[in-house]
Amino acid sequence: MSAPPSYLADGQGIGSWLLTTDHKRIALLYMATLIAFFCIGGTAAALIRLELVTPGPMLFSDDTYNRLFTLHGTVMVWFFLVPSIPNTLGNFLLPLMIGARDLAFPRLNLLSWYLFMGSGGLLVASLLAGGVDTGWTFYTPFSTMYSNSYVLLAALGVVLAGFSSIATGVNFIATVHLLRAPGLGWFRLPLMVWTLYATSMVMVLATPVLAAALLLIVAERGFGLPIFDPRHGGDPLLFQHLFWFYSHPAVYIMILPSFGVVSEVITCFSRRRIFGYSFMVYAIMWITVMGFLVWGHHMFVSGQSLYASLAFSFLSFVIAVPSAIKVFNWSFTLYRGQISFEAPMLYALGFIGLFTIGGLTGLSLATIPIDVHVTDTYFVIAHFHFIMVGGAVTALYGGLHFWWPKLTGRMYPEGAARFCAILMFFGFAFTFFPMFIMGFLGMPRRYHVYPPEFQIWHVMSSCGALLLAGAYLLPMIYLTLSLFRGARAVADPWQATGLEWRTASPPPRENFLKEPIVDEGPYRYHPEGQTHEGSATPPQRQGEARA
Amino acid sequence: MTATTPRLHEPWQGQRRQRYAATVGMWLFLGSEALLFGGMLVAFLLCRSLQPEGFATAAAETDIAIGTANTLLLLTSSAAVAVGAEAARQGLRRWALPALGATLALGLAFLVLKGFEWRSDILGRLWPGPGFRLHAPGSEMFFAFYWALTGLHAAHMVGGLGAISWFTVEVLLGRRSLRSAAFEAMALYWHLIDIVWVFLFPLLYLDGRSGA
Repeated sequence: MSAPPSYLADGQGIGSWLLTTDHKRIALLYMATLIAFFCIGGTAAALIRLELVTPGPMLFSDDTYNRLFTLHGTVMVWFFLVPSIPNTLGNFLLPLMIGARDLAFPRLNLLSWYLFMGSGGLLVASLLAGGVDTGWTFYTPFSTMYSNSYVLLAALGVVLAGFSSIATGVNFIATVHLLRAPGLGWFRLPLMVWTLYATSMVMVLATPVLAAALLLIVAERGFGLPIFDPRHGGDPLLFQHLFWFYSHPAVYIMILPSFGVVSEVITCFSRRRIFGYSFMVYAIMWITVMGFLVWGHHMFVSGQSLYASLAFSFLSFVIAVPSAIKVFNWSFTLYRGQISFEAPMLYALGFIGLFTIGGLTGLSLATIPIDVHVTDTYFVIAHFHFIMVGGAVTALYGGLHFWWPKLTGRMYPEGAARFCAILMFFGFAFTFFPMFIMGFLGMPRRYHVYPPEFQIWHVMSSCGALLLAGAYLLPMIYLTLSLFRGARAVADPWQATGLEWRTASPPPRENFLKEPIVDEGPYRYHPEGQTHEGSATPPQRQGEARA
Repeated sequence: MTATTPRLHEPWQGQRRQRYAATVGMWLFLGSEALLFGGMLVAFLLCRSLQPEGFATAAAETDIAIGTANTLLLLTSSAAVAVGAEAARQGLRRWALPALGATLALGLAFLVLKGFEWRSDILGRLWPGPGFRLHAPGSEMFFAFYWALTGLHAAHMVGGLGAISWFTVEVLLGRRSLRSAAFEAMALYWHLIDIVWVFLFPLLYLDGRSGA
């Protein structure tokens, strides 16, 4: 009996990719698209860091600089971070992890990619037409009345990207509810599945409010309907409320899936069950619900009621509790584990450190007096980059390495990967830690001309950005090379426990030749009845996988 | 192939599960839609609370006759689509097709009336901007919301009518089973359109007309 072809070999030609309904192929389509957007957003970031090396204007006019940071923010948030883990690793892994043949709605999955491509087209069109200068937040009345840039195109692009998000969210939720393998109860789900489920909830329930806010901007700017216009009694703050009602939960769209990735990686490379599984699940759902109730902490200086600010401040402290539970539980999982430092583990450990710094500075920002002092400074920039880049992007790279054998059937070069993981950690810290200091000293965001005493910090940051760029680009090179030269991967190269490792690498089109049946919880790295030594096989190294 | 068995799509292995999935997916999407309209309605209500007199003055200028007629049309169409979907589920072609046809006709009548209403609104200089007819502060903003909300609602109706006619034509051509779960999902979507209108009607048409 010969094995069926892998999903990569099952169907040739461009049509078999562009019209595929295979969740694994759609994940790769998303990956290719997201790499392109990551490069666009990254180039904008590199130009910003270059400009900021000198205190005076160097390369760009004020107007061009405004358009650059808007481009960077818009692309990175909606066209990279929001879909990053859910639509690449999530799309690929969700059905595999629950033993399903595909997502619940395979054609909707393909449609969501086409919607995403359409929205990306609108965004690129706005970029080619001359860009947008409102910042990624589209604040009114600037965006509706004064900006002379291409706000309409960009706003419509973001609305359309939102529909793509909603389609993915609906698909994931229905899949987790309806397609779990026999025996796979809710509290046997890997935490990655839980985080994708929670992320989908946020996508489905928060994204439409962003669409409402941006459509009202389109109505005002494109059709002259006064909605936020103060001359007609409108309230520009109303837009901020609607915007942050989405955009704060969106932070959890970005960070929750990375919690999932880190939970899978940490357990595998410390050969331990996750510490406090049920608490991890409750923490995820707690974050998901609470995430909808803290948006006002973005508006402490906007003039909103002080009592509202107090409530939002308190709730922002409360939401730190489940995040802390997660960090403690990862740490306890490591305790007495048989830890080995493969590249995915290095990324995961880096994630914990950077996310903790990002989270703790978030508490500083939730404190109203400190927030008033550092609002719109580089302190805020540093804080959210620690979460979204140091956290989410580091986890994305970790997950990409961890599941690379499953995605492609090839092993990546371990030495180069470890080097890049370490380089990413230090490059990141070098880039963004100085921003905490200069922000606290008063360096405002969104200016490209600044007092000379901040130059030393800006130069440090820009040097770090160079390292960070290397750490992002090198994996693209060696991972691509590994497609041709990498050792063939076995089904379970890390001796990990998830269902996705119980099928071939890469999996066949239908995922599993025989529907898996689950009779135990996740992360059984020390099954009962086996001796400590017997089950504690260290992960197979690259050389062994080759054999 | 008998016309009564819908095609089984990947990844489903049974009809019941596949049908259930279609409604689950639609309910999730309706949750999303509820927040889309909910966000806009909250914005409307906040602005109304800031300028209640202007909003009431402006609301009295909408065409209550057409608004009421449209409410009746839409409520009836919701009943028709419920009959259509249930008949389709049971494979009762003689009931399902006329009911779906009635839904289409009633929905189309709504849009036609709405079009005439919009036309007279524009001729009556109720589009915000220079030359706007009313002078009460806030009345222009009321009509900004009027156009945005009724426009978005009408866009949803066009989508719903398009989908219902598409699925019905497929049945007539023999390409889709009448028992397809699509009709049930579409009916759910159509009810959402109806419910949104149930909120829009009092807010846009009844405000400012109490005569007190």
